[in-house]
Amino acid sequence: MALRDYPKRAAELLERRPEVRESVMRAALHFDRNRARAYAEVDAEAWRGYARRVKDRLLTGLDRYLEAVEARLTQNGVRVHWAEGPEDVHRVLGEIVRAAGVRRAVKAKSMLSEELGVNAFLEAQGVEVFETDLGEFIIQLAGEPPSHIVGPAIHKSLAEIQRLFAEHLGTPPDASPEALAAAARAFLREKFLTAELGISGANFLVAETGTIVLVENEGNIRLSTSLPRVHVALVGIEKLLPRWEDLAVFLQLLARAATGQPIGTFVSLIQGPRRPGETEGPEEVHVVLVDNGRSAALADLEAGEVLRCIRCGACLNACPVYRQTGGHPFGFVYSGPIGEVLAPALLGPREAYPLYHASTLCGACAEVCPVEIPIPKLLLTWRRRAAEEGIRLPLERELVRGYAEAMVRPRAYRLASKAMRAFPGALRSERLPLVRAWTRLRAGLEPSPRPFHELWEEIKDEREG
Amino acid sequence: MRVALFATCLVDQFFAQAGVATVRLLRSLGVEVDFPRGQTCCGQPAFNAGHWDEARRMARHTLAVFEGYDYVVLPSGSCGSMLKTHYPELFTGRGLEYRRAVDLAERTFELSQFIVRVLGVERLGDGLAGRRFAYHHGCHALRELGVEEEPVLLLKNAGAELVPWEADRECCGFGGVFSVKMPAVSVAMADRKLDTLPAEPAPEALVSTDAGCLLHLAGRSRRRGQALPVRHLAELLWEARNGAS
Repeated sequence: MALRDYPKRAAELLERRPEVRESVMRAALHFDRNRARAYAEVDAEAWRGYARRVKDRLLTGLDRYLEAVEARLTQNGVRVHWAEGPEDVHRVLGEIVRAAGVRRAVKAKSMLSEELGVNAFLEAQGVEVFETDLGEFIIQLAGEPPSHIVGPAIHKSLAEIQRLFAEHLGTPPDASPEALAAAARAFLREKFLTAELGISGANFLVAETGTIVLVENEGNIRLSTSLPRVHVALVGIEKLLPRWEDLAVFLQLLARAATGQPIGTFVSLIQGPRRPGETEGPEEVHVVLVDNGRSAALADLEAGEVLRCIRCGACLNACPVYRQTGGHPFGFVYSGPIGEVLAPALLGPREAYPLYHASTLCGACAEVCPVEIPIPKLLLTWRRRAAEEGIRLPLERELVRGYAEAMVRPRAYRLASKAMRAFPGALRSERLPLVRAWTRLRAGLEPSPRPFHELWEEIKDEREG
Repeated sequence: MRVALFATCLVDQFFAQAGVATVRLLRSLGVEVDFPRGQTCCGQPAFNAGHWDEARRMARHTLAVFEGYDYVVLPSGSCGSMLKTHYPELFTGRGLEYRRAVDLAERTFELSQFIVRVLGVERLGDGLAGRRFAYHHGCHALRELGVEEEPVLLLKNAGAELVPWEADRECCGFGGVFSVKMPAVSVAMADRKLDTLPAEPAPEALVSTDAGCLLHLAGRSRRRGQALPVRHLAELLWEARNGAS
């Protein structure tokens, strides 16, 4: 799906499927209100500043922290793999699948696995893959990508989910949300018990202790990472935290930012495979440290702050652009404000065009980000670079030059002002390009009968009173 | 105190009476107001679209036009923030030009913020008694300039009632070039604003300190067949002082 077509896809979605806007709006506003309440309960400003500094320290010394975490993980009996891109990840997974004779895999929710095309790869290897997060399960049944980082199925109405479940799981067409969840649970329970492989991401990976940290509300992650014989955690290299004690803030801040909870219902701290004498847990634990464009972003001193992201989705919930459509029209794994700045960082500004233009620069995202990523500033940076590299619309450069040329010449500006009033139909035209983009959905512009700079001549000598 | 009015191109062209109101209001508060004739557009559309060379040309022009005034006052938060927040960014690392940009930034104020914070005036009069409005907080005024209490305080102290509006701090979807680059999303955002406006008690008009937001919301409202009246904050502040004209 070309990112280029975002405006077209968004327009089509708004026109043809207004119910998506309704579902997304309701869910995002709900998340955002909970976040606001949860921030207000603590000194959120201090926590956000702390979290930003920790992430900056991590990113500044990332090479050392990565070596440290590899050493700790290895000591803990975890096998560490390094992956530059999807091909490396696929190769590692392929080897694990063959060695362990994997026929069935259960998956905890992982945006990184979406980025790497893990499901399609495993299925091509003849492995059955089951998403076990309820939202992910729903969209897997529907054959859709996630439309939100935290709530992948928020674009779905209850009626749609009822239809999907009736078709795939045989539930009654009017099953209650509780009955639907119970049906999913019954269906998935057998998969947990029979899968040889569990795949997860990681919310954090503590460099100091080699601990894989996973946060969730459903318990499916704990089952996915402890019941199958092999657990593979896919971890983006920016997901490290330097110290164990950093978790004290990050676990609470993540939950408050994402869903407004004081902490996730389940927090799994995975310290390695089953040890001799233990009766539970996987026999093998693998961590795949994934780059996929991140070290290039890290070297980017002007736009590298995007790597602080902890994938809480707070910026999506706060974003009035995202709320109109959800994530699908963006055409990228990550949508909303963070997607608009991650896409150019990971794919380059040409491929990501025009996602970084899908913003009014309203600033609501930066206001809520738990790690203080200056998203509007990054959007402006990508727009500037794109313009410099010639990534723009036909005639855009000429138009901007002509406009600047007129604006540095007051006489030209005033002439244009007269011309606008001499042809009053022009601003109401539904055929002129550019003007049409305004008038198709809005009434035409009506200039004041006379511009202020003419009125000034009449009032400039007025005295007070 | 010598104050220059930067009307901004949108007020100059589409809300000319807000410019007149700004001049009369400031004069009534004892301020000497000038309107430097060379002023045009602050360059924000070029800046936001990534065309920084062109934005710099317009910024240099604006810097020259407003040289020497004690304050530059704008009936706009968005253009105000362009001068105050983004001009220094445009000239970062450019020596004297950067210092001139910072100097202008320090002298620049959105109208209501200028009245409350610089002039120290919180009561303009009671010319809005018994009238009811919905106030839209423009994003750049709110989040870049911190203009939040000032317009509300000035309107309420003049007797106006502001209706509770759950979306009053949400972006209206204008976004300058965004409004024509992504019109469908832009308009969906306007619809969210308009759909959440309380019907009862209905506001007499929608008010904001930013002309761009007002043009967009009014245009969408008219296209939907509602024709919600919009008023620029400056006009109401003058009415607060002087009574309805």
